[in-house]
Amino acid sequence: MTRLDALKAIYSRLEQQIVVTIMGAVAAELQSIGHRPNFFYLQHAMGLASSMGLGIALAKPDRQVVVLDGDGSVLMNLGGLTTLARYRPRNLVHVVFDNESLLSVGGFPTATATGSDLAGVAAAAGVPRTATVATVDAFRSAFDEALGAGDLTTLVAKVEAVGPSGYVTDLSLLENRFQFQRYLRS
Amino acid sequence: MSPVSVAHSGVVYDALKRTGIRLLSALPETWLVHLIRMAEDDPEMTLVRLAKEEEGVGISAGAHLAGVKSAMLMQNHGFLASINGIVSCAQLYHIPLLMLISYRGEFGERDPWQTEGGGVTEDLLRALRIPFSYLDRPDHVAPRIAKAQTLALSANKPVALLLCRDLMWEDA
Repeated sequence: MTRLDALKAIYSRLEQQIVVTIMGAVAAELQSIGHRPNFFYLQHAMGLASSMGLGIALAKPDRQVVVLDGDGSVLMNLGGLTTLARYRPRNLVHVVFDNESLLSVGGFPTATATGSDLAGVAAAAGVPRTATVATVDAFRSAFDEALGAGDLTTLVAKVEAVGPSGYVTDLSLLENRFQFQRYLRS
Repeated sequence: MSPVSVAHSGVVYDALKRTGIRLLSALPETWLVHLIRMAEDDPEMTLVRLAKEEEGVGISAGAHLAGVKSAMLMQNHGFLASINGIVSCAQLYHIPLLMLISYRGEFGERDPWQTEGGGVTEDLLRALRIPFSYLDRPDHVAPRIAKAQTLALSANKPVALLLCRDLMWEDA
Protein backbone atom coordinates (compact mmCIF):
# COMPACT_ATOMS: atom_id res chain seq x y z
CA MET A 1 0.00 0.00 0.00
CA THR A 2 1.18 3.51 -0.66
CA ARG A 3 0.67 6.15 1.99
CA LEU A 4 -1.21 8.28 -0.54
CA ASP A 5 -3.70 5.46 -1.22
CA ALA A 6 -4.09 4.92 2.52
CA LEU A 7 -4.77 8.64 3.06
CA LYS A 8 -7.31 8.66 0.22
CA ALA A 9 -9.05 5.67 1.81
CA ILE A 10 -9.72 7.54 5.06
CA TYR A 11 -9.94 11.12 3.74
CA SER A 12 -13.72 11.30 3.86
CA ARG A 13 -13.60 10.22 7.54
CA LEU A 14 -11.30 13.11 8.45
CA GLU A 15 -13.87 15.79 7.68
CA GLN A 16 -15.18 15.92 11.27
CA GLN A 17 -11.90 15.06 13.01
CA ILE A 18 -9.15 17.23 14.43
CA VAL A 19 -6.09 16.08 12.47
CA VAL A 20 -2.41 16.59 13.36
CA THR A 21 0.24 15.27 10.98
CA ILE A 22 3.99 15.05 10.94
CA MET A 23 6.21 16.80 8.43
CA GLY A 24 7.31 15.74 5.01
CA ALA A 25 5.44 13.26 2.83
CA VAL A 26 2.42 12.85 5.12
CA ALA A 27 1.80 16.62 5.20
CA ALA A 28 2.38 17.09 1.46
CA GLU A 29 0.23 14.12 0.44
CA LEU A 30 -2.69 15.04 2.69
CA GLN A 31 -2.57 18.59 1.29
CA SER A 32 -2.48 17.18 -2.24
CA ILE A 33 -5.80 15.44 -1.57
CA GLY A 34 -7.19 18.63 -0.09
CA HIS A 35 -6.35 20.89 2.83
CA ARG A 36 -9.03 21.57 5.43
CA PRO A 37 -9.04 24.06 8.34
CA ASN A 38 -9.16 21.15 10.79
CA PHE A 39 -5.78 19.82 9.57
CA PHE A 40 -2.52 20.91 11.22
CA TYR A 41 0.84 19.91 9.79
CA LEU A 42 3.70 19.96 12.32
CA GLN A 43 6.44 20.68 9.79
CA HIS A 44 9.33 20.07 12.20
CA ALA A 45 9.78 19.08 15.85
CA MET A 46 9.94 15.39 14.94
CA GLY A 47 8.28 13.23 17.55
CA LEU A 48 5.94 15.87 18.94
CA ALA A 49 2.88 15.36 16.71
CA SER A 50 1.54 12.71 19.10
CA SER A 51 2.27 15.02 22.07
CA MET A 52 0.34 17.83 20.35
CA GLY A 53 -2.47 15.40 19.73
CA LEU A 54 -2.49 14.51 23.44
CA GLY A 55 -2.62 18.19 24.41
CA ILE A 56 -5.56 18.79 22.08
CA ALA A 57 -7.34 15.59 23.15
CA LEU A 58 -7.05 16.59 26.82
CA ALA A 59 -8.20 20.15 26.08
CA LYS A 60 -11.12 19.03 23.90
CA PRO A 61 -12.39 15.77 25.40
CA ASP A 62 -15.65 16.01 23.44
CA ARG A 63 -13.88 15.98 20.05
CA GLN A 64 -12.02 13.22 18.25
CA VAL A 65 -8.36 13.73 17.39
CA VAL A 66 -6.45 11.83 14.70
CA VAL A 67 -2.64 11.96 14.69
CA LEU A 68 -0.95 10.91 11.44
CA ASP A 69 2.54 9.93 12.57
CA GLY A 70 5.49 8.12 11.01
CA ASP A 71 8.01 5.51 12.07
CA GLY A 72 10.94 7.94 12.15
CA SER A 73 8.99 10.42 14.27
CA VAL A 74 7.67 7.83 16.72
CA LEU A 75 11.19 6.46 17.15
CA MET A 76 12.31 9.94 18.22
CA ASN A 77 9.71 10.03 21.01
CA LEU A 78 9.13 6.45 22.15
CA GLY A 79 8.66 7.75 25.68
CA GLY A 80 5.69 9.73 24.40
CA LEU A 81 3.86 6.43 23.83
CA THR A 82 4.06 5.77 27.57
CA THR A 83 2.63 9.25 28.26
CA LEU A 84 -0.17 8.66 25.73
CA ALA A 85 -0.97 5.33 27.36
CA ARG A 86 -0.83 6.82 30.85
CA TYR A 87 -3.48 9.43 30.10
CA ARG A 88 -5.28 7.18 27.62
CA PRO A 89 -7.28 9.83 25.75
CA ARG A 90 -10.26 7.84 24.48
CA ASN A 91 -10.78 10.45 21.78
CA LEU A 92 -7.40 9.93 20.09
CA VAL A 93 -6.53 7.67 17.16
CA HIS A 94 -2.80 7.46 16.55
CA VAL A 95 -1.95 6.31 13.03
CA VAL A 96 1.69 5.49 12.29
CA PHE A 97 2.66 5.24 8.63
CA ASP A 98 5.61 2.88 8.76
CA ASN A 99 7.70 2.91 5.59
CA GLU A 100 10.74 1.59 7.47
CA SER A 101 12.81 4.54 6.34
CA LEU A 102 13.59 8.22 6.73
CA LEU A 103 12.26 8.86 3.26
CA SER A 104 12.54 12.61 3.03
CA VAL A 105 16.23 12.65 3.95
CA GLY A 106 17.49 9.95 1.62
CA GLY A 107 15.54 6.85 2.51
CA PHE A 108 17.92 5.46 5.10
CA PRO A 109 16.36 2.54 6.98
CA THR A 110 14.88 3.07 10.44
CA ALA A 111 14.87 0.43 13.16
CA THR A 112 11.51 -0.89 11.96
CA ALA A 113 13.43 -2.13 8.89
CA THR A 114 15.41 -4.41 11.18
CA GLY A 115 12.50 -5.76 13.17
CA SER A 116 11.39 -3.16 15.70
CA ASP A 117 7.61 -3.47 15.98
CA LEU A 118 5.96 -0.15 16.77
CA ALA A 119 2.51 -1.62 17.45
CA GLY A 120 4.24 -4.01 19.84
CA VAL A 121 6.07 -1.10 21.50
CA ALA A 122 2.78 0.82 21.82
CA ALA A 123 1.01 -2.22 23.30
CA ALA A 124 3.84 -2.78 25.76
CA ALA A 125 3.70 0.91 26.67
CA GLY A 126 0.07 0.38 27.65
CA VAL A 127 -1.86 1.61 24.62
CA PRO A 128 -5.08 -0.42 24.94
CA ARG A 129 -5.79 -0.95 21.21
CA THR A 130 -3.04 -1.61 18.69
CA ALA A 131 -2.88 -3.19 15.26
CA THR A 132 -0.60 -3.46 12.24
CA VAL A 133 -2.11 -3.50 8.76
CA ALA A 134 -0.55 -3.82 5.32
CA THR A 135 -3.37 -3.32 2.79
CA VAL A 136 -5.64 -0.38 2.00
CA ASP A 137 -8.80 -2.34 2.80
CA ALA A 138 -7.42 -3.55 6.12
CA PHE A 139 -6.31 -0.01 6.93
CA ARG A 140 -9.71 1.49 6.14
CA SER A 141 -11.57 -1.01 8.27
CA ALA A 142 -9.08 -0.82 11.16
CA PHE A 143 -9.30 2.99 11.08
CA ASP A 144 -13.09 2.89 11.13
CA GLU A 145 -13.01 0.44 14.02
CA ALA A 146 -10.65 2.75 15.89
CA LEU A 147 -12.94 5.75 15.34
CA GLY A 148 -15.85 3.76 16.66
CA ALA A 149 -14.04 2.08 19.53
CA GLY A 150 -14.00 5.06 21.88
CA ASP A 151 -10.54 4.22 23.16
CA LEU A 152 -6.93 5.13 22.46
CA THR A 153 -5.64 3.24 19.43
CA THR A 154 -2.23 3.06 17.80
CA LEU A 155 -2.67 1.78 14.25
CA VAL A 156 0.53 1.01 12.35
CA ALA A 157 0.07 1.04 8.56
CA LYS A 158 2.92 -0.57 6.67
CA VAL A 159 3.43 1.54 3.54
CA GLU A 160 5.85 1.64 0.63
CA ALA A 161 8.82 3.99 0.90
CA VAL A 162 7.59 6.27 -1.87
CA GLY A 163 6.45 9.85 -1.61
CA PRO A 164 5.92 13.10 -3.45
CA SER A 165 8.69 14.78 -5.40
CA GLY A 166 8.66 17.81 -3.08
CA TYR A 167 7.51 18.72 0.39
CA VAL A 168 7.02 22.49 0.33
CA THR A 169 3.43 23.53 -0.37
CA ASP A 170 1.83 26.95 -0.81
CA LEU A 171 0.29 26.80 2.66
CA SER A 172 2.51 28.81 4.99
CA LEU A 173 3.22 27.37 8.42
CA LEU A 174 1.73 30.30 10.29
CA GLU A 175 -1.35 30.52 8.08
CA ASN A 176 -2.01 26.87 8.87
CA ARG A 177 -1.36 27.44 12.60
CA PHE A 178 -3.73 30.39 13.04
CA GLN A 179 -6.43 28.89 10.81
CA PHE A 180 -6.27 25.67 12.88
CA GLN A 181 -6.40 27.59 16.17
CA ARG A 182 -9.47 29.49 14.95
CA TYR A 183 -11.09 26.20 13.95
CA LEU A 184 -10.36 24.61 17.35
CA ARG A 185 -11.69 27.58 19.28
CA SER A 186 -14.81 28.20 17.20
CA MET B 1 12.07 15.71 55.18
CA SER B 2 12.92 17.69 52.10
CA PRO B 3 13.95 21.28 52.79
CA VAL B 4 12.08 22.38 49.67
CA SER B 5 9.75 25.16 50.79
CA VAL B 6 6.11 24.10 50.91
CA ALA B 7 4.99 27.68 51.56
CA HIS B 8 6.85 29.14 48.59
CA SER B 9 5.77 26.27 46.34
CA GLY B 10 2.23 27.23 47.31
CA VAL B 11 2.89 30.87 46.38
CA VAL B 12 4.07 29.73 42.92
CA TYR B 13 1.14 27.35 42.50
CA ASP B 14 -1.45 29.96 43.50
CA ALA B 15 0.08 32.45 41.07
CA LEU B 16 -0.15 29.93 38.22
CA LYS B 17 -3.80 29.31 39.05
CA ARG B 18 -4.53 33.05 39.11
CA THR B 19 -3.12 33.44 35.59
CA GLY B 20 -5.62 30.85 34.40
CA ILE B 21 -3.26 27.90 34.03
CA ARG B 22 -5.35 24.71 33.90
CA LEU B 23 -2.85 22.23 32.49
CA LEU B 24 0.62 21.57 33.87
CA SER B 25 3.12 19.21 32.32
CA ALA B 26 5.92 18.13 34.58
CA LEU B 27 8.81 15.81 35.08
CA PRO B 28 9.58 15.43 38.77
CA GLU B 29 12.71 16.79 40.36
CA THR B 30 13.46 17.55 43.99
CA TRP B 31 12.55 21.23 43.90
CA LEU B 32 9.25 20.57 42.14
CA VAL B 33 7.82 17.86 44.40
CA HIS B 34 5.38 20.11 46.28
CA LEU B 35 4.24 21.91 43.13
CA ILE B 36 3.53 18.58 41.43
CA ARG B 37 1.64 17.30 44.48
CA MET B 38 -0.44 20.49 44.56
CA ALA B 39 -1.34 20.01 40.90
CA GLU B 40 -2.17 16.37 41.56
CA ASP B 41 -4.52 17.27 44.43
CA ASP B 42 -6.27 20.05 42.51
CA PRO B 43 -9.38 18.88 40.65
CA GLU B 44 -9.27 22.01 38.47
CA MET B 45 -5.79 21.18 37.16
CA THR B 46 -4.85 18.62 34.51
CA LEU B 47 -1.40 17.30 35.41
CA VAL B 48 0.51 15.50 32.66
CA ARG B 49 3.49 13.54 33.90
CA LEU B 50 6.06 13.24 31.14
CA ALA B 51 8.69 10.70 30.23
CA LYS B 52 10.90 13.49 28.83
CA GLU B 53 10.39 17.22 29.05
CA GLU B 54 10.29 17.92 25.30
CA GLU B 55 6.91 16.19 25.13
CA GLY B 56 5.57 19.05 27.25
CA VAL B 57 6.25 21.50 24.42
CA GLY B 58 3.95 19.56 22.11
CA ILE B 59 1.30 19.09 24.80
CA SER B 60 1.30 22.81 25.65
CA ALA B 61 1.18 23.73 21.96
CA GLY B 62 -1.87 21.52 21.44
CA ALA B 63 -3.56 22.85 24.57
CA HIS B 64 -2.92 26.45 23.54
CA LEU B 65 -4.35 26.01 20.05
CA ALA B 66 -7.41 24.45 21.67
CA GLY B 67 -7.75 27.40 24.07
CA VAL B 68 -6.42 25.95 27.34
CA LYS B 69 -3.70 27.82 29.24
CA SER B 70 -0.81 25.63 30.31
CA ALA B 71 2.66 25.76 31.81
CA MET B 72 5.68 23.46 31.93
CA LEU B 73 7.47 22.56 35.16
CA MET B 74 10.97 21.26 34.66
CA GLN B 75 14.55 21.31 35.82
CA ASN B 76 17.04 23.29 33.76
CA HIS B 77 18.39 19.98 32.44
CA GLY B 78 14.87 19.33 31.20
CA PHE B 79 15.00 22.67 29.44
CA LEU B 80 18.23 21.52 27.80
CA ALA B 81 16.47 18.33 26.70
CA SER B 82 13.56 20.34 25.23
CA ILE B 83 15.42 22.76 23.03
CA ASN B 84 14.57 21.28 19.63
CA GLY B 85 10.88 21.25 20.52
CA ILE B 86 11.06 24.83 21.80
CA VAL B 87 12.72 26.01 18.58
CA SER B 88 11.01 23.87 15.95
CA CYS B 89 7.54 23.74 17.48
CA ALA B 90 6.95 26.69 19.84
CA GLN B 91 9.14 29.31 18.15
CA LEU B 92 8.57 28.17 14.56
CA TYR B 93 4.80 28.21 15.05
CA HIS B 94 4.63 31.25 17.37
CA ILE B 95 3.21 29.36 20.33
CA PRO B 96 3.15 30.98 23.78
CA LEU B 97 4.88 28.73 26.28
CA LEU B 98 5.22 29.48 29.99
CA MET B 99 8.21 27.53 31.29
CA LEU B 100 9.00 27.34 35.00
CA ILE B 101 12.54 26.05 35.23
CA SER B 102 14.19 25.04 38.48
CA TYR B 103 17.57 26.70 38.40
CA ARG B 104 19.88 23.99 39.64
CA GLY B 105 23.61 24.54 39.70
CA GLU B 106 23.64 28.20 40.70
CA PHE B 107 25.40 29.58 43.81
CA GLY B 108 24.82 27.27 46.76
CA GLU B 109 24.48 24.08 44.72
CA ARG B 110 25.75 21.06 46.65
CA ASP B 111 25.20 18.38 43.99
CA PRO B 112 28.24 18.23 41.68
CA TRP B 113 26.14 16.74 38.86
CA GLN B 114 23.95 19.83 38.64
CA THR B 115 26.73 22.34 38.18
CA GLU B 116 27.44 22.08 34.46
CA GLY B 117 23.82 22.59 33.42
CA GLY B 118 23.51 25.50 35.83
CA GLY B 119 26.40 27.24 34.14
CA VAL B 120 24.86 27.20 30.67
CA THR B 121 21.19 27.86 31.46
CA GLU B 122 21.12 31.64 31.14
CA ASP B 123 23.39 31.70 28.09
CA LEU B 124 21.10 29.25 26.33
CA LEU B 125 18.00 31.28 27.16
CA ARG B 126 19.71 34.38 25.74
CA ALA B 127 20.94 32.51 22.65
CA LEU B 128 17.36 31.37 22.00
CA ARG B 129 16.11 34.91 22.63
CA ILE B 130 13.71 33.61 25.26
CA PRO B 131 12.70 36.41 27.65
CA PHE B 132 13.29 35.29 31.23
CA SER B 133 13.26 36.49 34.80
CA TYR B 134 14.00 35.08 38.25
CA LEU B 135 11.66 33.89 40.96
CA ASP B 136 13.91 34.42 43.97
CA ARG B 137 11.63 36.06 46.54
CA PRO B 138 8.01 35.27 47.37
CA ASP B 139 6.82 38.82 46.74
CA HIS B 140 8.18 38.62 43.15
CA VAL B 141 6.34 35.47 42.29
CA ALA B 142 2.77 36.51 41.47
CA PRO B 143 3.57 39.68 39.50
CA ARG B 144 6.39 38.05 37.52
CA ILE B 145 4.33 34.99 36.61
CA ALA B 146 1.43 37.22 35.55
CA LYS B 147 3.70 39.49 33.48
CA ALA B 148 5.54 36.57 31.91
CA GLN B 149 2.22 35.06 30.86
CA THR B 150 1.04 38.39 29.46
CA LEU B 151 4.17 38.67 27.30
CA ALA B 152 3.98 35.03 26.18
CA LEU B 153 0.41 35.58 24.98
CA SER B 154 0.97 38.97 23.35
CA ALA B 155 4.20 37.93 21.61
CA ASN B 156 3.12 34.33 20.92
CA LYS B 157 6.46 33.03 22.10
CA PRO B 158 8.11 31.01 24.87
CA VAL B 159 9.07 32.77 28.10
CA ALA B 160 10.91 31.39 31.11
CA LEU B 161 10.96 31.94 34.85
CA LEU B 162 13.88 30.55 36.78
CA LEU B 163 12.88 29.05 40.13
CA CYS B 164 15.86 30.05 42.27
CA ARG B 165 17.37 28.40 45.33
CA ASP B 166 16.57 31.41 47.52
CA LEU B 167 12.88 30.87 46.85
CA MET B 168 12.62 27.10 46.67
CA TRP B 169 15.04 25.90 49.36
CA GLU B 170 14.36 26.53 53.05
CA ASP B 171 17.99 26.70 54.16
CA ALA B 172 19.28 28.32 50.97
